[in-house]
Amino acid sequence: MSRVARHITSIAALSVVALLTAAAGRAQTVHGLPREGRGADIKANTHVGRVAIGKEEYKRYCAGCHGDRGDGIGENTQWIDPKPRDFTQAVFKCRSTPSGTLPTDQDVINTIRRGIVNSNMPQWRPLPDQMEADLLAYIKTFSPRWTSEKPGTPFVIPPETPVTTESILAGRAMFQKFECWKCHGADGRGDGPSASSLTDSKDQPIHPYDFTTGTRFKCGTTNADLYRIFMTGLDGTPMASFADNIKGDQGWDLVHYLRTLQPLRTPETILWKTWLATHAAELKPIGPPADGR
Amino acid sequence: MRMKLVASVAVCALTTMALAPNAHRNAGGTVAGKVTFTGTPPKMKPIDMAKEPSCAKEHATPVMNESVVTGAGSTLGDVVVYISAGAPSGAAPASPAVFDQKGCQYLPHVLAMQAGQKLEVKNDDQTSHNIHPLSKVNPEWNKSQPPGAPPIEVAYDKPEFIPVKCNVHPWMHGYFAVLNTSHSAVTGSDGSFSLAGLPPGKYTVTAWQERFGTQSQEVTITGNETAKLDFVLKATEY
Repeated sequence: MSRVARHITSIAALSVVALLTAAAGRAQTVHGLPREGRGADIKANTHVGRVAIGKEEYKRYCAGCHGDRGDGIGENTQWIDPKPRDFTQAVFKCRSTPSGTLPTDQDVINTIRRGIVNSNMPQWRPLPDQMEADLLAYIKTFSPRWTSEKPGTPFVIPPETPVTTESILAGRAMFQKFECWKCHGADGRGDGPSASSLTDSKDQPIHPYDFTTGTRFKCGTTNADLYRIFMTGLDGTPMASFADNIKGDQGWDLVHYLRTLQPLRTPETILWKTWLATHAAELKPIGPPADGR
Repeated sequence: MRMKLVASVAVCALTTMALAPNAHRNAGGTVAGKVTFTGTPPKMKPIDMAKEPSCAKEHATPVMNESVVTGAGSTLGDVVVYISAGAPSGAAPASPAVFDQKGCQYLPHVLAMQAGQKLEVKNDDQTSHNIHPLSKVNPEWNKSQPPGAPPIEVAYDKPEFIPVKCNVHPWMHGYFAVLNTSHSAVTGSDGSFSLAGLPPGKYTVTAWQERFGTQSQEVTITGNETAKLDFVLKATEY
């Protein structure tokens, strides 16, 4: 290969990489779905937090919404919906630990990094690891639970099972049986019969996730994140933990079905659409059983 | 013969346990009385369960909201009456406090238990419930319980009056009264209560109602007598 040809090849390779990167960047917001990328790049933070420094950083970055006292009442709070987290209760939506237990340090740091979609909590990716650790150390001073309790034991998410029609159908049966549709709606639109009456633990109205928007979830983006969400529940919200009733590979079935509700080009959606084209008539509708049970 | 005796003793013991689940079985004084109200309580409205047909059909007549339960003669039900100070400290009862979900209602509406006592939450409905106790002092959890799922077993470590709700069925609400003592009772709609098995001593007895707040009185027990103690809570319309 001549030098020029080699040069052209490398330029071409670079452009492909650039295009792919651009596509991946867009994928995060609109179309395709980063399957593991965004979850996997959340690096473990091993820094030791310093409360005094964290306090100054908190005042600068967090107090405007979360308040000087950490009670979720900052000067911006009155304009914000959903309301900022009240750290004095030490109740956190995004955890890897069972409902009612404290999150791990990494869980809180992950929330700081990824922000909370559809809320005013932005992504704080530019913060250095040390600053995250400092902030966490200070946030922990707002509730005595951090000294009297230990974080729960994180759920172990088993390796993902293959995406098959059987798996999606089994997940669909779970969506019906566990009555996910009561809040999330038969089509995952977040318009189930109980949706309009939902309130969080502070009596603020709250919406169930609308799968048809295809946005990322409050607590992550990957299939494993989705699995974790229904195992842990989002504490402080109506989203309950299903850990007592969903075990092992069964959870992946539900994940695979939930993905089909999103308007994303995922393996689940592609497979499901193909299957539906010839089998749609075989499905019983999601919703209250016809016999009135 | 011996078998018979054992059997009858066992029956007696069971009966006593059934009659006084929260009272101590040993001899001692008793505090008993009635809880009534003055003023106008709010009018309880019927609950529309149309959104949950499996529950609606379990009730011949619409179920009323239970935040204020009254009886003839202005008596007040679902009031927790308990020894708030002076009670002999004791380990939590071995038997669990049982909270049932049936017909999309909580049975009982108010459940008293001792801190550390096992709590068992059952679902006897054909629908999924999520049990969401809104605790502030104890950790807050929220668990789903589909039909046929085994009971959820938990315990609360710290005393607290915890509102309980089901997010799926917004009309469902109840209370866990987690107390420092096993000397407690929840009044029926006749307003009566009885706290038995109290050794001689000076006690503070507190009555708590979810809408009308708390009221405390002191009582002294000297022997095996029954001290009469009535509470009159002030009803507020809203």
